Amino acid sequence: MSAESSKQAAIYSHRHLLGIERLTPEEIVTLLDLADEAVGVSRQVEKKKAVLRGRTQINLFFEASTRTQSSFEIAGKRLGADVMNMSVASSSVKKGETLIDTAATLNAMHPDLLVVRHHAAGAVALLARKTECSVVNAGDGAHEHPTQALLDALTIRRNLGRIEGLTVAICGDILHSRVARSNILLLSALNARVRVVAPPTLLPVGIENMVPEVFTSMKEGLKDADVVMMLRLQRERMSGSFIPSVREYFRYYGLDQEKLDYAKPGALVMHPGPMNRGVEIDPAIADGPQSVINEQVEMGVAVRMAVLEALAAHLPNR
Amino acid sequence: MADSNKPTVLKGGRIVDPARNVDAVGDLIIIDGRIAATEIGGNESYPGTFETIDCRGAVVAPGLVDMRVFVGEPGFEHRETLASASQAAAAGGITTIVTMPDTEPPIDEPALVDFVHRRARDTAIVNVHPMAALTKGLAGVEMAELGLLREAGAVAFTDGRHTVTNASVMRRILTYAQSVDGLIVHHTEDPDLARAGVMNEGETATRLGLGGVPREAEIIVVERDLRLVALTGGRYHAAQISCADSAAAIAAAKGRGLGVTAGVSINHLTLNENDIGAYRTFFKMSPPLRSEDDRMAMVAALADGTIDVVVSSHDPQDVETKRHPFAEAADGAIGLETLLPAILRLVHSGDIELSTAIRALSTRPAEILGIEAGTLRTGARADVVVFAPDTPWILDETKMRSRAKNTPFEGARFQGRVLRTMVAGQTRYTYSDT
Repeated sequence: MSAESSKQAAIYSHRHLLGIERLTPEEIVTLLDLADEAVGVSRQVEKKKAVLRGRTQINLFFEASTRTQSSFEIAGKRLGADVMNMSVASSSVKKGETLIDTAATLNAMHPDLLVVRHHAAGAVALLARKTECSVVNAGDGAHEHPTQALLDALTIRRNLGRIEGLTVAICGDILHSRVARSNILLLSALNARVRVVAPPTLLPVGIENMVPEVFTSMKEGLKDADVVMMLRLQRERMSGSFIPSVREYFRYYGLDQEKLDYAKPGALVMHPGPMNRGVEIDPAIADGPQSVINEQVEMGVAVRMAVLEALAAHLPNR
Repeated sequence: MADSNKPTVLKGGRIVDPARNVDAVGDLIIIDGRIAATEIGGNESYPGTFETIDCRGAVVAPGLVDMRVFVGEPGFEHRETLASASQAAAAGGITTIVTMPDTEPPIDEPALVDFVHRRARDTAIVNVHPMAALTKGLAGVEMAELGLLREAGAVAFTDGRHTVTNASVMRRILTYAQSVDGLIVHHTEDPDLARAGVMNEGETATRLGLGGVPREAEIIVVERDLRLVALTGGRYHAAQISCADSAAAIAAAKGRGLGVTAGVSINHLTLNENDIGAYRTFFKMSPPLRSEDDRMAMVAALADGTIDVVVSSHDPQDVETKRHPFAEAADGAIGLETLLPAILRLVHSGDIELSTAIRALSTRPAEILGIEAGTLRTGARADVVVFAPDTPWILDETKMRSRAKNTPFEGARFQGRVLRTMVAGQTRYTYSDT
């Protein structure tokens, strides 16, 4: 298996994973195939591989995220890396250090892999330019969250057997969502039919050039969908009043049984988490039979193992 | 070196002086710091007591007047002082800079106008005219002491980077300023509409995950101001516009005979939003770089005279304000040293005439501000730029004279370089290869 996977890793030719945007469909499929194998590894009693033995992975989170950070930590450890978590939100940034100063400091510690989440779009790419290690984007502002899109695609592929030709409705706060952007890029690259559904104030300008169908009604947007992907309503990101109230939002855009019935029977219900139950999704749906939300979490670890493994093939041997 | 005590002849250059509609090869004679004569043809010979400077192949034009220059003095001297800004200006062929009041403290009282004048007199090598604040503390609430500021030597009034959002305040300022012959210069961007944005609103911003500033943030303020000018009869100058609809509004107001003029920054004439690329913060500015269609509309508005003035909008920022993720970085780009070479791109491409460029960079700003500059007419102060219009060169930002290096033209190829800058007949800059 390991000879096979290193061959696959060779198809992924980038030093970093900064976004879905620059990946070819072949590279995406390669990462998904690698992740499929990693699911098997994670389900064994002996979960350890050695591809990252001796390597140092730093998880640098400028924005708190229990789910993504622990997922990357477990993934790194299962591959044998020494993993360190740094939460920067509370330390040097407050002392006026620029991001580039932080990069220089980290660089001096010679990490091999840097997993970064930052609240500003482009911040991860900036760090990648200023450090010598491989950098994984764990979310940068409203720009991209590539491992989320990969784990969503893996979940869909394992449940429905394919991506191509499926109708996927991405619903909710598109404007502020990096998850939406990465998913649009990835699912379009693999020839899914991607729709977005949102209140007009949460649709970014120009979105109609990125997806073929844009809806402001759940009834129309969910019609015949194979996958319903809900987004967290990022209340903390809103600088103004984008919607009148949470209850009005739930009434028109929250996923309940009535709205889900517009989609294909048995359509997958997904959510990147953490969920606001009763805001964008009815608890009965979140925990119901069509929900694959917990499976997304499992796939998260597998996808991150796949990404780290693919990058490991290109790490310099000092 | 030419010195003011010795008569000087700038010989055989192409003299471009839009104020007199002159564009011809000839000699320019300078005596005692003033233009003594223009001899078209250039076959004259001069006494040996004259210093002769060979200008064949070069353009001889009135020194440039830059109406929008941010300087860090007082308050941010590590970014730029009046001295360093003036050195940069001289290297760019600019003989007069008009400074913005956005300093710390802001230039909102007469003693501070006097401070800028004194510092400029003691340290600057070009002419410096400060603009003073429209409102106290640039806060957009209370009118500044326009009369006393004017008396202290403020050339015009502006809140610099800030927009007066309260229409009633703006109306009273436009009304009151007429009693002190005050020109109101306004940054036209509605801060509420612009707040969530860091670049031009549109698909590019959406793909980058960056908030957008809609064109309407500018157009609404421009249109409001023009209504207030019609109401009050005040003298008004839109500091820098960036989109086609603003130009159309200005053109319509001029058509109605209002006392209105407009500027554009060199950045909005020569760059567009795609230059931001991978989040390059040196291209972050306010108003934001717009689409290519907007850029072309700005060039057309310059060519047809709707836009009167081109400014550098020189805004020095340092690593502390620019080495951040795009959304968190400060706005602004330096531009004194690249203003003329950059506008020559539009001349070389055939978009505008050379005389249009010189008119917008020298003649018109001097007229609008009512200052002595902008012409090579006999008797005028000898503020002169001599430049080789076709010489190719590549910008090396490490050699720039500005203290801050935040140029959007890093490594850019230019055609046309300043050879000599003279202020009142004194040479303040000469190009040398070393």
